[in-house]
Parts: sequence; C-alpha cells; structure tokens
Amino acid sequence: MAADAVAARTRLPLPAAIALGIGAAIMLAPLLWTLALSFKENAALVGNSGAALTPPWTLENYGAILGNGQTLRWLFNSLIVSAGTTLGVLILTSLAGYGFARLEFRGRRALFLFVLMGLAIPGQAVILSQHQLFAWANLHNSYPGLILPGLTTSFGVFFMTQYMRAIPRELDEAALLDGASHWRIFTRIILPLTVPAQSTLAVFTFLGSWNDYWWPLISVTRSEMYTLTVGLAAAQMNYAQTSGLGFLMAQAVFASLPIFIVYLIFQKQIIAAMAGTALK
Amino acid sequence: MSRNRAARRDPGFAFVGPFLLIYCAVLIAPMLHGMWLSLHVVDIWGDGRFAGLANYGRLLADPTFGQSLVNTFAVTLMVVPILTGIALALALALNRASRGAAVLRGIFFSSAVLSVTIVTLIWRFILAPDAGLLGEAAQAIGAEPIPFLSSPDLALWALAITTIWWSIGLPMLLFLAGLQQVPADLYEAAALDRASRWRTLLSITLPSLKRTTILVVMLQTAAQLQLFGQAQLLTAGGPSGASRTVVLFMNEVAFGRWELGYAQAAAEVLFAIILVVTLTQYWLTGRAGEGEGGR
Repeated sequence: MAADAVAARTRLPLPAAIALGIGAAIMLAPLLWTLALSFKENAALVGNSGAALTPPWTLENYGAILGNGQTLRWLFNSLIVSAGTTLGVLILTSLAGYGFARLEFRGRRALFLFVLMGLAIPGQAVILSQHQLFAWANLHNSYPGLILPGLTTSFGVFFMTQYMRAIPRELDEAALLDGASHWRIFTRIILPLTVPAQSTLAVFTFLGSWNDYWWPLISVTRSEMYTLTVGLAAAQMNYAQTSGLGFLMAQAVFASLPIFIVYLIFQKQIIAAMAGTALK
Repeated sequence: MSRNRAARRDPGFAFVGPFLLIYCAVLIAPMLHGMWLSLHVVDIWGDGRFAGLANYGRLLADPTFGQSLVNTFAVTLMVVPILTGIALALALALNRASRGAAVLRGIFFSSAVLSVTIVTLIWRFILAPDAGLLGEAAQAIGAEPIPFLSSPDLALWALAITTIWWSIGLPMLLFLAGLQQVPADLYEAAALDRASRWRTLLSITLPSLKRTTILVVMLQTAAQLQLFGQAQLLTAGGPSGASRTVVLFMNEVAFGRWELGYAQAAAEVLFAIILVVTLTQYWLTGRAGEGEGGR
C-alpha cells in the first residue's frame, strides 16, 4: 500500500509511458490478429492473411466448431479433467493441511519434510516412469489416468498447512473440550475459514491442469480422450499452411474462452494471492 | 489423560493418509522406479536388462543429447534475464492504484492463461516468413522477412521470444507482490531526506526486491530448463536439431524409439541440474534473508 502511495504521487515519465504503450500493443496484437482471423472465411485467407483486417467477416468457423463433435468432446474432457483435478487437490490438501497444522501424531515433522521433498522433484523427471507404471495399471486413455498425476502437489499441502497454522488455536480448543470430533472441527470450523486459500489454490490448479500438455499428449492415444490442448495440437500438426487457417484460429479462441472467463472472475484473487502468500 | 492423547494421535494419520498414499504411488514410486529405469535397457514391453551406468555413458557420447543440452542452456540464458528485466520494469511502472495501471496489468498477464498449444499456434503464424504477420509487415515496408523458424541461428530466438511473450505475467505479479511488502517507513524516511526518485529506486526499492528477484530467476530457470511444448510445436526441434531441448530429446527417445531407460537417464541428468539450481536458490535466499536483518 505504501509503495502505491509513493508511486501514485509521481507521474510516469513520457518515455516510460511510450514504452509501456508499445509493450501493451505487442501483447495484444497477436491476440487481436487471432481473433480477426477466426472471423474470416478460410478461402479468403489463402496466401493473403492481410485480408483478416478487412470485412467481410463471418461466423462460419465457429459454426463449424459446434458442428464438429471432436472439438466439443475435447472441451468436455478438459472440463472433466481440470474440475476433477481441482476438486481432488482441494480435498487431499485441506485434509493433509489440517493433519499437519493442527494435530499431533508420531512422525508428523518427518512426514511433513517427506512431503516437502516433492517440491524439488520436477514433473519432467518422473513422467516417463509414470507413463510406464500407468501402462501397467492400465490407466492410459482414462479420466483417472489424466487426473492422478495432478494430485501430487507438495506445494498445495505446504500452502494449506501454512494457512491453517495461522488460524488461532482458541477457535477449536473449546470445541475439542466439548467433545467435538476432529472431523467435525475440520468441516465446521476450519474449512469455512480457509475459503480464500481454497479458491486461490483452485484457480492455479485449474489453470495448470487445463493447460497441461505433455502428460495428456503421452497418456492419451485415442483421439476421443484428447483434452483440448492435445486435440488442438493434433489439428495444428495436420494444418496445411494454406487452408483452414480461420477455422484453426477459431478453435484457438474457442478453447481459450473458458479459461479467460475463469481469469476474469478471479483476477483480483490471483493478484491478492500472489501478494499475500508467494513471498512469505 | 494418556488415553485421551492416544485418541488424539490417531486422527492425524487419517487426515494426512489420503494425500500420502497418492503422493507415494504417483510421485515417489515413479521417482525411485525412474532411477531403476535409468540403469536398465528397457523398451515399453520388456522388463529390461540391467546395464549399470551404460545409459549415462551413452548420453555423454551422444552428440544429439549434447546439442539438446546446449540448446536448453542457451534458451534459458536468453529468456531468464530478459524476462526478469522486463517483469521488474513493468512492476515498477504499474505499481500504482490508477485504473489505467490495472488495465495494463491485466493486458500483460493475459497471455499467461493461454495453453502452449494456442501460444505456439499464434506465434508459428506470426513468425512464418512467407504468410505470417511479420512477413506481411516486412513486405509492406519493402524489407526481407526474417526467417525465424527456418534458420538454425534464429530458431532458438523464436522459442525465446514466444516464451517471453507467453510467460511475462507471473514474474510481473511476483514483483508487484514484492513491492507491496517494502516497508512504508523506508519510503517516508527517503522522502524526509528529499532523496531523488532514482536514488530511492537504487537504495530502497531494488535492495528490498532481492529475495523476489532470486525467486523469479530460480523459478524461471527451472521452468525454462524443462522447456518442451514450444520446441515441439513451433519448430519441431529443427532446423537440424538447432532448437531441440533436453525434454524434447527425452520425448523423442522415449516415445519415438521407445528406449525408455535411455530417455530416463537424460531425465535424471536434467533432474540433477534442476536440483542444483533449487539448492542454490535456498542457499541464496537464506543469505539474502540474513542481509536484511532477520526479515
């Protein structure tokens, strides 16, 4: 806040303002270009993508997506996988967070360290053996196969534990003396207090899962189980430079819409979360 | 009392158990299995044959792996300093309460929510020399288009530019968060001393952002060392391997040639490199913390 006040008093120097304007244009131009292309008839774009900037525009490409069962199926798969991963992460990490933050049991510290160890393991280092183990368990081309790897979030456990530790002890000690079970304290007292942390974790998990590329790429071989990311990549590989450009861009816009909506709704949450937790 | 304690001990396992179970099955077991795998010659169907360190020896002698390692380091060195610098500048410029600043923050974060497939789809089209956006722009001013995707010298820059455009949002947010935590009294003292803006930036703001900067650099380094999607979708690792990254190498070896043990050895090398980076981060942030008087 203080930094805000200091910064707000002084206006941005003109060169900095101009640089910002150019930067913003560089950020936006590709997105607007994509949008413009998505509204053009494919034939008009052959060899002349400049045509995107002038009318006529058409909704034909979007109509083609709705008429194409594959894209809708991929959207559905992405929704199932991202929602499933998010729900799973929230349940597992808040349970674990409660255990680590508010209960005493043998080996608690050691187990917590064991979980933190996971922070140092990059996904790329284990993905090949995950692929092999999932093949043995016959989990490829299935929703559980797509969801399970996303559930092992050490960061999520760490995040929920820190958040629950900060909740005053007095709140649940009284309930404990009254003979309330831990389950009751967890669901009635602690969980309602962690809604901000839950939604932060939910946004990041959903975004991460929605945009995940390598795991669904190698785990799924049947096109009806593709997520949007992988489905579009396959469409992109097949695309010949000269045809179907407008349709491809329309698919990109269509695939980005759900995530933009999530982003617009949770914008404030995302920024507050970064400010509040990332650096403590 | 002791019975009561025992009763309070048990639920702990019930709460942490479900996560631990999945954690062990899906992360720890594959990690250990991966180490085993890297010591074997394995294809997807067979059980594998113990080969000791042969896979690692083969990696050392494999020019394709060497090239991918060099490419990965190069793209990391291209992306991380530029990304950190731009993100810091953006955060300094946009750390104000005005509506315009809020809109600009949104614009600079917007690309971060796109998936790699869509980012590369857009940029492949922009960078394509004949029909792309840059090509058209170059034609309009009568210049030769730059062959970003087909020149071995420029392919890595194509990856770097795309990656910077895509991932500027998160480090910017981290720096904005860091700025929020600079103690207000420091600025008040500087204002009392009539310190210039420049002086305040150099003596107060930048030193206060040391921890954030280290965090951003390390997170980005770890992320860029694992660069995959852009290389696969934008340039397919080409031309002639000029933009093949380590993870793309792993993908090709594992799922193109089904040499899982060999690919996993490459994964372990990458793991070791990232581990060193991460440990350096802990060491550096620990020291940065000491320097700030216990904060």
